[in-house]
Amino acid sequence: MSALNLKLTLGPSLFFWPRETVYAFYEEAATWPLDTIYLGEAVCSRRQQLRTSDWIDLAHKLADAGHDVVLSCQALTESESDLKRLRRVVGNGRVRVETNDLGAVHLASSAGVPFVAGCHSNIYNVDTLALMASMGAVGWVPPVEMDRDTLAAILAECRARALPLETELFAWGRLPLALSARCFTARHYNLKKDDCQFKCLEHADGARLSTREGKGFLTVNGIQTMSDGCHALLPHLTDIAAIGVSAVRVSPQATGTAEVVAAFRRAIAGSAVDMDSLPRPDGACLVDGYWRGEAGINPIGEHHHACA
Amino acid sequence: MKPLPELVCPAGSLPALKTAIDHGADAVYMGLKNETNARNFAGLNFDEKSAAAGIRYAHDKGRKVLMAINTFAQGVDISRWQRAVDQAADLGVDAVILADIGLMDYACRRHPRLRLHMSVQGSATNYEAVNLARERFGVVRAVLPRVLTVDQVRHVIEHTDVEIEVFGFGSLCVMVEGRCLLSSYATGESPNTHGVCSPAKFVRWEQEGAATASRLNGILIDRYGAGEAAGYPTLCKGRFDVEGDTYYALEEPTSLNVLEVLPSLLEIGVAAIKVEGRQRSPAYVAQVTQTLRAALDEAARNPQRFSVKPAWQAALAKLAEGQQQTLGAYSRPWK
Repeated sequence: MSALNLKLTLGPSLFFWPRETVYAFYEEAATWPLDTIYLGEAVCSRRQQLRTSDWIDLAHKLADAGHDVVLSCQALTESESDLKRLRRVVGNGRVRVETNDLGAVHLASSAGVPFVAGCHSNIYNVDTLALMASMGAVGWVPPVEMDRDTLAAILAECRARALPLETELFAWGRLPLALSARCFTARHYNLKKDDCQFKCLEHADGARLSTREGKGFLTVNGIQTMSDGCHALLPHLTDIAAIGVSAVRVSPQATGTAEVVAAFRRAIAGSAVDMDSLPRPDGACLVDGYWRGEAGINPIGEHHHACA
Repeated sequence: MKPLPELVCPAGSLPALKTAIDHGADAVYMGLKNETNARNFAGLNFDEKSAAAGIRYAHDKGRKVLMAINTFAQGVDISRWQRAVDQAADLGVDAVILADIGLMDYACRRHPRLRLHMSVQGSATNYEAVNLARERFGVVRAVLPRVLTVDQVRHVIEHTDVEIEVFGFGSLCVMVEGRCLLSSYATGESPNTHGVCSPAKFVRWEQEGAATASRLNGILIDRYGAGEAAGYPTLCKGRFDVEGDTYYALEEPTSLNVLEVLPSLLEIGVAAIKVEGRQRSPAYVAQVTQTLRAALDEAARNPQRFSVKPAWQAALAKLAEGQQQTLGAYSRPWK
């Protein structure tokens, strides 16, 4: 196997970790073989172990140290205080941002700040992608439910239209599937969202939601609902590079992110990787159904063990 | 006094459209028989002929017809979605309801006089998002996702020229519309891609001893004892296990009902109140439409002394999913 023309990125942590854990995580991440590091609070406004200014300071510190850094915006923006934080992130003055809703696109576009349109941007066709580019998008993350053939066709058309956008694929981790005004973690503890007692801190990879016959199905992560299965596109990297994807994203997990990053780096360099030994969030099964045009929950192919 | 909000009712078929008009809808919304709309269910929706008949019926009575083209155009060949916009314009609808900003861009260039509404599937939850749609595409109305409190809706209204439409009654999406992929995670088909949620073709009912199990693509959504009423396995409304507790982990089978906060919605100046349910029968549409019509008219006559009549609540309670109703996100504790 020869080396693949793919960048490797670290997505923003979608979980709620204690302040010192976050700083320790990024101190370590700074030593990993990554091309780009995304960071920031993308899920819930009540998660304030790091305040907005702390995230911006951390991003600038990493940028000063020579890293390519992107600040991710909160995906569900409702209140004026949400918008205030969003304006500070977009106006950080130094690094580009990942927009996760049209409000953020509006702010970035008006301010002339280059942005990556995140996976919540609902870009399902080339016209919409071209429109995003005209508003200042320099890259995009396709919806996680988009299958390989649709993406390949879109990227071929992008080349035909000479659209100069980087395409980054969500390639490892529990999938961000849904957002709600309701906090499901608070609901689990019979707490009101406004008095959630920050229970997400107790679930470093989210809390598993299983069916009544005990099969892992989803993950409750505050206002976000994720897959229980760990989306794993590692076996498909050659094809992913061939259709014109520019970068693959590893989504952080509570433990073992370093090993996952190292495995992706080895695979990109052209070495064989043993998938079965990779640490998964909370020991979840590996899935890749979305990529194959099937239900997202469908496990990875027969050559690997989907479940540990 | 502020103008009374339009009552916007669902028309899954020509009979439902006529029923809604006859029972007091100011406007109805409908979609074509394909994946361009978010209620792409077998046996529902309009072809060109029935659409034309429906529009004629509504216009003769001075009411409006809105066409929902509110899934996301998929892939490279998006001509079906563009053709739907062209068809809507040719048919003379009063507005199109769009979710995909690429399609909004197409519509505003190709049909500059066609009124554009932003669908709830467009996920505009704040005024910055709404105002982007106004500045870029001339959107004149936005339907807000069912996630905001009344105060947050007011805040949006205060910061935009775009008319704001909110949901008043019907099945409750607990997730932000347009930002929920649970259905495709379980089945491969979602509202965004196929205009469906928890599609019927994946539903199986199984007898397991005395219990009935409801499954979606094989995934157990709920299990009902002998005396329990079984509901459709919409996947966010099943009972699941989290850390040893089995409960409605995401949401109960329940309907949204805003009657209690109707005076507040009028006071803050919402432009329209929408009823969910294009998949519902004409009889359902008749009941909900006439009840909300009566409530709106009473609120207009007597805004200071408006109170919810027990008869209205009783009429709506019978129609609610699982016979349960909620104020949803309009009320803070629900969150």
